[in-house]
Amino acid sequence: MSAELSDLYQNVILDHNRRPRNRGRIPSANRSAHGDNPSCGDQCDVFLRLDGDRIAEISFEGSGCAISQASASLMTTQLKGKTAAEAEKLYGQFHEIVTTGKEPEDMSDLGAFAGVHAFPARIKCATLSWHAALNALRGDPVPATTESHLD
Amino acid sequence: MPSPWDRIRDEFPILNQQVNGRPLVYLDNAATTQKPRTVIAALDRFYAQDNANVHRGLHALSMRSTNHYEGARARVAAFINAEAPEEVIFTRGTTESINLVASSWGGANLRKGDVILLTEMEHHSNLVPWQVVAQRTGATLRYLPVTGDEGLLDLSALDRMLTPEVKVFAFTHVSNTLGTINPVAELCARARKVGAVTVIDAAQSIGHMPIDVRAIGCDFLAFSGHKMASVTGIGALYGRRALLDAMPPYQVGGGMISRVDFFESLWKPSPERFEAGTPNFADAVALGASCDFLDSLGRQRIREHDGRLARAAYERLAQLPGIRLIGPAGERGGLVSFAFKSVHAHDVVTFADEDGIALRGGHHCNQPLMKRLGLTSTVRASFYVYNEEREIDALVASMQRTLAFFGLEA
Repeated sequence: MSAELSDLYQNVILDHNRRPRNRGRIPSANRSAHGDNPSCGDQCDVFLRLDGDRIAEISFEGSGCAISQASASLMTTQLKGKTAAEAEKLYGQFHEIVTTGKEPEDMSDLGAFAGVHAFPARIKCATLSWHAALNALRGDPVPATTESHLD
Repeated sequence: MPSPWDRIRDEFPILNQQVNGRPLVYLDNAATTQKPRTVIAALDRFYAQDNANVHRGLHALSMRSTNHYEGARARVAAFINAEAPEEVIFTRGTTESINLVASSWGGANLRKGDVILLTEMEHHSNLVPWQVVAQRTGATLRYLPVTGDEGLLDLSALDRMLTPEVKVFAFTHVSNTLGTINPVAELCARARKVGAVTVIDAAQSIGHMPIDVRAIGCDFLAFSGHKMASVTGIGALYGRRALLDAMPPYQVGGGMISRVDFFESLWKPSPERFEAGTPNFADAVALGASCDFLDSLGRQRIREHDGRLARAAYERLAQLPGIRLIGPAGERGGLVSFAFKSVHAHDVVTFADEDGIALRGGHHCNQPLMKRLGLTSTVRASFYVYNEEREIDALVASMQRTLAFFGLEA
């Protein structure tokens, strides 16, 4: 197995893929958004319970590859308790990681996605759930798509 | 006499390379096939010796170029046994061919109350153009069901669905996702009984088996060059002469008019009526060359070769744990399509690429069918004339390695 491939499929990612956290609908959700990756058919729904400006609860549902499922799962663990502004900032850092492979020191488990940058076709897999979560936060009624200049 | 099959891999220069340190195993032929030296040379020779704009040219090169272009049309017409070269319209490919029929024939002939009959296994290219023309004309869509994972058309439902309101029945010859080979001649015969016009998507069959439009009895047949060992950007629409001559133009401009006034114009007959602007004559010449190449191999033999590899792959893959193969277990076109219970298609394809194997994973532009089967994506391996049994060994070994990595030992 090449170094690139083992960097992509790190243990953290495999673990979240096998045992996704916060999967399913939150009954008390007051925000949700749907995301599509038209190039592969992957789908992701993100559910939020916002308490003021803060994410009190977050969950996801969807289908997709190991990268997309692990990313959604890990994202929920990272976004819980964050404000909308903090979530936007965190996505900016995550986007930097998956597109450049550069991993800031204090990035915790999100750094596991640094290996994605060597597989440009898979960056959208990692960002799909984030697009959906940010849309839910913004209250954007348009379904999120990975086909945008924001990737 | 030596057979062109003997050194078939040498005919395709691209195959002689390593990918990720392994010999390339190219199994993405349903997306696009590789090109033989003869086709590449035909294109190169045309640009190096004969290039000039076609039609109306009074100089030597233009006349030569026109002869090559019209020669390619005649070659393609013979390849599918059309009655006349005028029944072959050059397009960018299958998608444009179907858009042409849906927009021109459909726009002129469909009304509210009419029905467009499709099947559940249509590629988006033979589905979305009909959706749009249905919205434009008020016609409604109806779908002939697929039986389930075995992926056959439910012919028992055909009589019920093929009512006199059906004005057009459009269906694929070979499914790009299931590998099903549909009984196209029977479908056309039954459609004819209710007076429905038939449109066949031959994208997955044209390069893989003999096709005779008169024996099939279809009204229209659409295909792409790049899936039949030719270049990208060229394809064709076959249409029966009587239908074509009654159809309005699809696009308008130069090359397709017989007379233009400031306020109205008259159209040329087919094929020029449907080829506005400078046509893609160089690639048409390459398409003619690919017809020669495929006939030198023998299309019945290509069908047997691709089908044999697909059936062998199907049987070998069926032994793997947690695999779900879709499409017919017996006779099939040159592809296999499958999903694993707990490893997503994109992960499988990424791991296979590591082994130098080119596969495709996803919905294969077949989202409604996938939904119908309760799938979001499959892995597809598709074969062509240069593939060998040993490449199935490589495919199966790669799948086993992938399953082992994700903790599912074979």
